[in-house]
Amino acid sequence: MKMHRAEEIWLVISVGVLILSMVVTGYQAFAMDMAPPSHKETIDPQKVDQTAPFDNPGVFQTEEGKYEVVMTLQIFSFTPNKIEVPAGSEVTFTMTSKDVVHGFQIAGTNVNAMVMPGHIQKITQTFEEPGEYLILCNEYCGAGHQMMSTTITVK
Amino acid sequence: MALALKETFSEKTNKALGVNSEDAKLTLTYLSLAFIILFLGGTLGLLQGLNRAGLLELPSWLNYYQVLTAHGILLVVVFTTLFMVGYFYSGVSHTLGGLLPKVRKIAWTALGSMLFGVALVAATVFMGEASVMYTFYPPMQASPWFYIGLVFVVLGVWLAAFGVFISAANWKKRNRGQHLPMFSFFAVGGFLLLFLGSLGVTAEVLMLIPWAFGWTETVNVMLSRTLFWAFGHTAVNVWYLVAVSAWYVAVPKIIGGRTFSDTLARVVVILSVILNVPGGFHHQIIDPAIGEGIKFMHVFMSLSISLPSLLTAFAMFAIFERAGRKKGAKGLLGWIKKLPWGDVRFLAPMIAMITFIPAGAGGIAQTNNQLNQVVHNSLWIVGHFHLTVGVTVALTFFGITYWLIPYLSKRELTPKLNKLGVIQTLMWTVGMYLMAGAMHWVGLLGSPRRTSFSTYGDHATALGWSPYLFSLAIGGTLLFLAVVLMVYIAFHLMFKAPKGNTEFPIAEPEDDAAPTPQWTERWGLWIVIAFAIISMGYVIPVVDMIVNAPPGSPPFRTW
Ligand code: HEM
Ligand SMILES: [Cu+2]
Ligand SMILES: [Cu+2]
Repeated sequence: MKMHRAEEIWLVISVGVLILSMVVTGYQAFAMDMAPPSHKETIDPQKVDQTAPFDNPGVFQTEEGKYEVVMTLQIFSFTPNKIEVPAGSEVTFTMTSKDVVHGFQIAGTNVNAMVMPGHIQKITQTFEEPGEYLILCNEYCGAGHQMMSTTITVK
Repeated sequence: MALALKETFSEKTNKALGVNSEDAKLTLTYLSLAFIILFLGGTLGLLQGLNRAGLLELPSWLNYYQVLTAHGILLVVVFTTLFMVGYFYSGVSHTLGGLLPKVRKIAWTALGSMLFGVALVAATVFMGEASVMYTFYPPMQASPWFYIGLVFVVLGVWLAAFGVFISAANWKKRNRGQHLPMFSFFAVGGFLLLFLGSLGVTAEVLMLIPWAFGWTETVNVMLSRTLFWAFGHTAVNVWYLVAVSAWYVAVPKIIGGRTFSDTLARVVVILSVILNVPGGFHHQIIDPAIGEGIKFMHVFMSLSISLPSLLTAFAMFAIFERAGRKKGAKGLLGWIKKLPWGDVRFLAPMIAMITFIPAGAGGIAQTNNQLNQVVHNSLWIVGHFHLTVGVTVALTFFGITYWLIPYLSKRELTPKLNKLGVIQTLMWTVGMYLMAGAMHWVGLLGSPRRTSFSTYGDHATALGWSPYLFSLAIGGTLLFLAVVLMVYIAFHLMFKAPKGNTEFPIAEPEDDAAPTPQWTERWGLWIVIAFAIISMGYVIPVVDMIVNAPPGSPPFRTW
């Protein structure tokens, strides 16, 4: 197949943009630790309440300025809910589902993760700006899905 | 030998007398059903749009999620499949000299199987037994008849695919050493890709059926989801390839131009078939249980799928420019004015193509992992696929309708109908851009997809979405009107438009075109490469999901 000069230029430039986007994505993921949530631990989805750490969900301070939120998602709520952390804290959410597939999203941030039964998911976020953030479920999970929300207050 | 003679004879009569009436009936039946489905799906879409803006409260017997499940299945699976089969069969009949009687029978059986399947699926959804969305992620569990309905739909698709393969193989036998006509090449590629894409979801559904009957207790949630997306992703790319076929084959003829390069078009088909299936992983970028390394490899695999589209973008502009210059266009951009903008058979697919520029760019952005995390499962995604499928695919299908139906019904597109078509196209475009634009924007602000009207207890963030959701509803209303107009036009062309002769537009190559190399016909090799690439994408993560699976999930009915 013979290519036209203009076609070659077009392909080189556009493929170049694609490669550049990959380089940026790879750099952010592996050098800056910004990869999307991909935790690989598993759990028996029928024994969540009996399995540590989910037998005791809550907000725990792990060290100065760092918190871990151990959370279960179930139709149609988050446990714990109405979370509060001081401004500037780095918060790691450790989550699993007790029933169907849910989504964990904090509006106005890049916190966004799928939470599945049988799998433990983790995502970390530093909250600099004080305010009351809306946490919502963004995967359809049943009749009350539109009510599945809570808040995290940063002060 | 006698048979061969008969066949070439039928090929000649086909050229002289126009379409075989049996083949016309087949395609017209598929298209009629497609437009009825479009009307039903569009009506449900309107209800969703109004509800999301808080303008309409649905009655207790018609739940939002029931409506959305039906809208998704009817439009992105049923409407598109029916149109694809009807359109490809008409072109296979046209370019290969009429359908073989056995192939015609296969196509009718395929239709029967699909309709039976769709009836089961629709019945379970409307009885409230299957509000699980078109993705039916376990451990949400629908009635077993929902999954059995899906089996019949897939069976119908396979039959339709094999009918086309048989037609192509038979033609090749009768025309040794010749290239399959380009239209039929697209049909073979499209059905082959759909077949490859459906393998995963078939395996999934066969695991879900015994679970839905209660014969097995639990199900592997991650594995099911991954098998689903091998199909879900591939399917929309098949619809896109169907649209692309009309861009390469019909549009150049409509604007009085020639094909750009026969070889290039075939390479686009081959690349689409080979590269597509692993794209399913870009729907699982923020899932647990898939490692960061695998996810990064899939950025590469998904981005590679844009290669055929980049080739197409260049080819289309080259076709337009050449056609314009032949008509005496001067200067760098003078050819734009020479294009037949008032001809709906050009205008509709042209807007479809132009829309793929931002829509494709959005797709490239959101397949890059961290950017995906910003928009995953927000209304942004719904905006994205109403541009890609709702505009690029659907508008091209409408553009095809304006010549395909009159060609089959031996009627004509009158100037008046053409004008109505132009109005339809513009209404559809404005409606989709309003709706999809609002969805993109409000998605960035955090509004989730698949969620009925909610202010989340009057949270300030959610209240801030209102103006965008309102514009979504306005776009949706305009779209609904455009659906009604389109369905009217389609049936008018079928039964009412004045009798006449409409041609099936097939573009000719340039006079000095280089011959197409023989290697483009090596389907066996393309299938082997496709499987190699599918294995590259799937073997490691899928084995991981099976070997390191957690205890399975029992069923839930949460609606
Ligand atoms: C009258 C025209 C249409 C209107 C008003 C409309 C409206 C909508 C709305 C408001 C949603 C989503 C809501 C949500 O996520 O909560 C939606 C979802 C969807 N639409 Fe449309 N739409 C129309 C046409 C189409 C067409 C032509 C297609 C494809 C051929 C299509 C495919 C889909 C799909 C696949 C979904 C996602 C379903 C899901 O999330 O499970 N729509 N539509
Ligand atoms: Cu939910
Ligand atoms: Cu995809």
